[in-house]
Amino acid sequence: MIKSMLTLKPTETRIAIEVSDLKKVFRKREGLRAPIKEEWALKGVSFYVHVGETYGLLGPNGSGKSTLIRILSTLLTADGGRVQMMGHQLPQGEQALRRLMGRVSVDAAFYKKLSPRENLLYAAQLYGLESRQAEKRAMQILEQLGLESRRFSDPIEEMSRGMQQKIAIARALLINPPLLLLDEPTTGLDPRSRRDVQAFLEDLRKREGTTILLTTHDMAEAERLSYRIGFLAKGRLVAEGTAQELKQQARTDDLEEAFIALTGEDLSEEANSP
Amino acid sequence: MFERYLRPMWAFVFRDWHLTRRYMSWVAVFVFYAIVNSATIALIGKAQDDFRLTLTLLLGVLLWSFLSAMYNEIANSISYERWEGTLEYTFMAPVSRLVHLSGVSLFAIVFSVFRTIVILVGLVLFIQVSVDGANLLGVLAVLLVASLAFMGLGLMAAILPVMSPENGAQATNIFQGVLLLVSGIYYPVSVLPAWVQPLSYLSPATYALEASRKLMGINHPESTPDRLVGAPLSSVLPELGILLLMGVVLIPLGLWVFHTAEMWAKRTGKLKRTG
Repeated sequence: MIKSMLTLKPTETRIAIEVSDLKKVFRKREGLRAPIKEEWALKGVSFYVHVGETYGLLGPNGSGKSTLIRILSTLLTADGGRVQMMGHQLPQGEQALRRLMGRVSVDAAFYKKLSPRENLLYAAQLYGLESRQAEKRAMQILEQLGLESRRFSDPIEEMSRGMQQKIAIARALLINPPLLLLDEPTTGLDPRSRRDVQAFLEDLRKREGTTILLTTHDMAEAERLSYRIGFLAKGRLVAEGTAQELKQQARTDDLEEAFIALTGEDLSEEANSP
Repeated sequence: MFERYLRPMWAFVFRDWHLTRRYMSWVAVFVFYAIVNSATIALIGKAQDDFRLTLTLLLGVLLWSFLSAMYNEIANSISYERWEGTLEYTFMAPVSRLVHLSGVSLFAIVFSVFRTIVILVGLVLFIQVSVDGANLLGVLAVLLVASLAFMGLGLMAAILPVMSPENGAQATNIFQGVLLLVSGIYYPVSVLPAWVQPLSYLSPATYALEASRKLMGINHPESTPDRLVGAPLSSVLPELGILLLMGVVLIPLGLWVFHTAEMWAKRTGKLKRTG
């Protein structure tokens, strides 16, 4: 374990992501005369991620993981706090930041009738990449992820979820971003696809020094990929550290038990759900 | 310039072309339906043995077919993205909304021109009407200038699916229906109730129709069923000026409205697929 922790440890001391006291509230009115209900998705979350580090965020559904990733992806505006990524502050620096990050979400969002090739070329052109160069890079990534190139021209709707998720990863990496936001990228994948994706992410971090923010339900995945892990529950970051430190803090040998002890919540049902 | 603006703009044309290609059977069915529907309207004039009425209806049906197809492509571009689940990825791409919506509009214009030409050919073959002497190039020029104003309206309507994931797409049809009603597509505006008539001055379709009828020579006293006396483009400069002005006002206004709606959606979390 200590040996694997050493390989996960980032070599850089520069900060890639700095989140301070981040708050987000959703307001909803059910019926015209009903009072406005406030739901706090994030209640002052603070953490930082070093350049080249993989930071795992663990939390059950409704803990605020996706809201956090959406704010970092420039798709949601925070109601309080500060976000600084790769030297750019949100929301002012969002246009520059969009060129520096890739995102993979739990649902591989594609034009289902189009082929992987068409979807990836569209994404590449959006980022100003030359088609031939983008196609070459996409092929390399897909081959590394174990996708057969002969399926490159089939409509995406004919592919399994695992294949679609691999294409989503290829799309996020087309621009070779220094920052990768992964929102439950392996949820619902079969064990083999899950292993392929995890191995690829490990390799990517080592090879390219990519900074990765990963949200997941999967304890083993968080432990395998992340140098440090944050436990998010009900919109608050309740504990943070390496897997070893979190286990020591909860006086247990098991990360899941540490999660339950430190957050009072149980992830097991969600980890098993597709 | 190329990498930052033109290639991303082309990306939307590339995407929409390939989506259209994959849904080609749907396109064929809709175009066939449009030809049949247009023919049933134009045949009302034929039944009256009135070439002016036939041409008025034919022009109305074609012009509306073009403008509504373009409006729909732009206004529903957000609904399509929501439906596919790709809206968040498009909105987090490093592309300005001007580039994004220009790309969508560019494909919409080219597609609508092509669709209208196919319908025109189908109609001319079916109802045997002569357009000899009509200034068709002038009509095309009017359509292209009117496209700018319709682009602006489409941009404004496109915010509806941003604001309401459940009902926004349907609401764009209400907007379109009102334009159809007030613009006098198949009838003179004077037959509308007096309180509705002022609205016709706000619709770009009113001016596009007025100019096109002159260019076709539909109401020219010397026009005959075999030979129309179409007006030169110079005779519709006032209408072209108004259409251009509407475009110049409506496109930036549409972009501003869209930007405001996008900011609101980002505050409230409405960009999410399920809202």
